[in-house]
Amino acid sequence: MARGVPSTAELVDALGTFLEQDVMPGTEGRLSFMARVAANVAATVEREIVLGPAQARGHADRLAALGFRDDDELAQAIRAGELDDRLEEVVEVTRRNVVERLGLWNPRYVEPEDAGLILQMPARDPGAPESNTPGKGR
Amino acid sequence: MVATAPSEQLAEQLRAVVAEACSEPETEVRNLRRLTGGASRETWAFDAVFAGDAERPLILRRDPPKVARAGDAMRREATAIEAAARAGVPVPKLIAHGSDDAALDAPFIVMDFVEGETVPRRILRDETYADVRPRLAERCGEILAQVHAIDPGEVEGLETPDSLGQLRGALDFFEESSPALELGMRWLEQNRPDIGAARVVHGDFRNGNLLVGPDDIRAVLDWELVRLGDPMEDLGYLCARCWRFGVVERPVGGFGDYADLFRGYEKVSGQRVDPELVRWWELFSSVWWGVGCMVQASQHLSGNVHSIELAAIGRRVWEQEYDVLLYLDGRGG
Repeated sequence: MARGVPSTAELVDALGTFLEQDVMPGTEGRLSFMARVAANVAATVEREIVLGPAQARGHADRLAALGFRDDDELAQAIRAGELDDRLEEVVEVTRRNVVERLGLWNPRYVEPEDAGLILQMPARDPGAPESNTPGKGR
Repeated sequence: MVATAPSEQLAEQLRAVVAEACSEPETEVRNLRRLTGGASRETWAFDAVFAGDAERPLILRRDPPKVARAGDAMRREATAIEAAARAGVPVPKLIAHGSDDAALDAPFIVMDFVEGETVPRRILRDETYADVRPRLAERCGEILAQVHAIDPGEVEGLETPDSLGQLRGALDFFEESSPALELGMRWLEQNRPDIGAARVVHGDFRNGNLLVGPDDIRAVLDWELVRLGDPMEDLGYLCARCWRFGVVERPVGGFGDYADLFRGYEKVSGQRVDPELVRWWELFSSVWWGVGCMVQASQHLSGNVHSIELAAIGRRVWEQEYDVLLYLDGRGG
C-alpha cells in the first residue's frame, strides 16, 4: 500500500531539499549563503522532530542519575563548587549530553572518537510497506 | 544593499572629509558601497578621485548613526591603528577619523583600501594562498610581538578589563544555563594564572581579521577591542578551536602549529611563551565565544533584527560547549 500524506519531518525535509537543490544553485553571494544557513536550519528541525524526544529523555535520565532535575540545577551546583570532588563524573555526563544535543544541530562538528554517541536518523526506505518512519534521505 | 538616498548624502559628506584630509579640494567620491551590515560597525568602500583623475580606493568604518554610544571607542581605535603602524604592524594607512557626529553623523575612520583576502575558508583552502599559508603562523607571532610592544601611552582611552569578571557577567545575562560553559568557568577560576605586566592587546586577533595576500599578511584589521591585558590572551584567542574554521588539527587559525607561532613571537619579543597560559586563554576564548553566540542570537530573539543567520548562530553555542569539554579532556590542542 502506498503512502499519500507526509509527516511533519518529511515536510521540513522537502523544504530543506528545496533550499539546497533549487535556491542555493539559483542564487549567489549573500542570498546563496543565507539559503545554505536556512537549509541547515531545516535539517536541524527535521532531526529534532525525529530524534529530539529520545535526546531529551536521555539528557534528563543522565541528569537524574547525577542527582539533578535540569541543567539549571546542575549549572548552579558546578558554579558553587559543590561538585569539585566529582568533576570527572560530571564532565563525562555533560559530554554525553552535549554531544547528543550537538548531533541534532551539526553532527559533523563532533570528533570521530565521540561520533558513536550521536543519535542516528533511521534509514529511509520509501518502498517499504506500512512505513511511516520519517527519515533523512540526503 | 545600498540604500540610494542616505548613501548620496553620505557620499557628499565623505567628499568634504577626504578633500580636507588629503588637501585635495577637487575630490570626488565614486562607487560608494556598503560591504558589511554588522550590528556594531558599518564598513563601506569607495574611490576618492582627485584632480587629474588620480584614484585612491578607501574604506570607511562608521558607527551606526543614531545609536547611543559609550565612551570614545573610535578615537581609541584610530590612535591604536596609528600607534600600530609606528610599531611596524601592517595596518591600513589612516586617512581621517572623527569622534563625534559632526562630519558623518557618527564617529568614523577613513583608511586606505588594502587588496587581499579576509574570508577564513578561502585563506585556508584557495590555491592562491598555498605558498603563504605555511608562513602565516610564524608571521602572526612576529606581528603580535610588535603589537605588544606598542607604548600604551600612544593609544587614547585604553581600558584594563577584568576579563573573567566580564565573562561571568555576560553569562549571567542570559536565562539559559549551560553546565558545559560553567565547567569551563570553574576550570578557568581554579587555574587562574598569575598574569604579568599588562600590554596593549589587539583583543580580536584571529583568522578573519587578517588581510592576507599571496605573499604575506598585509594588514591587521578590526582594532575595535584593543585594550590593556595579558599579551598571551592574543595568542590563545588566535588558537581557540572556534577560529580554526574546520581545520582543527592546525591550532593557529587553522593554518599553522603552535611551534611556528611561538618561534615568531619569541624571536621578535625576546620573551618565552608559556604554553599553559596560551591554553588557559584558548579555553577562555571558547567560553567567551559561546556567550558571544548568545549575544548575536539575542538580537534576533529580542525582535530587533530578523535574521535566520543570527538565529542559527544561537545554536552554535552547542559547538562551543563541545569545544570547552574537549579542552577539559586535554583534547583541545
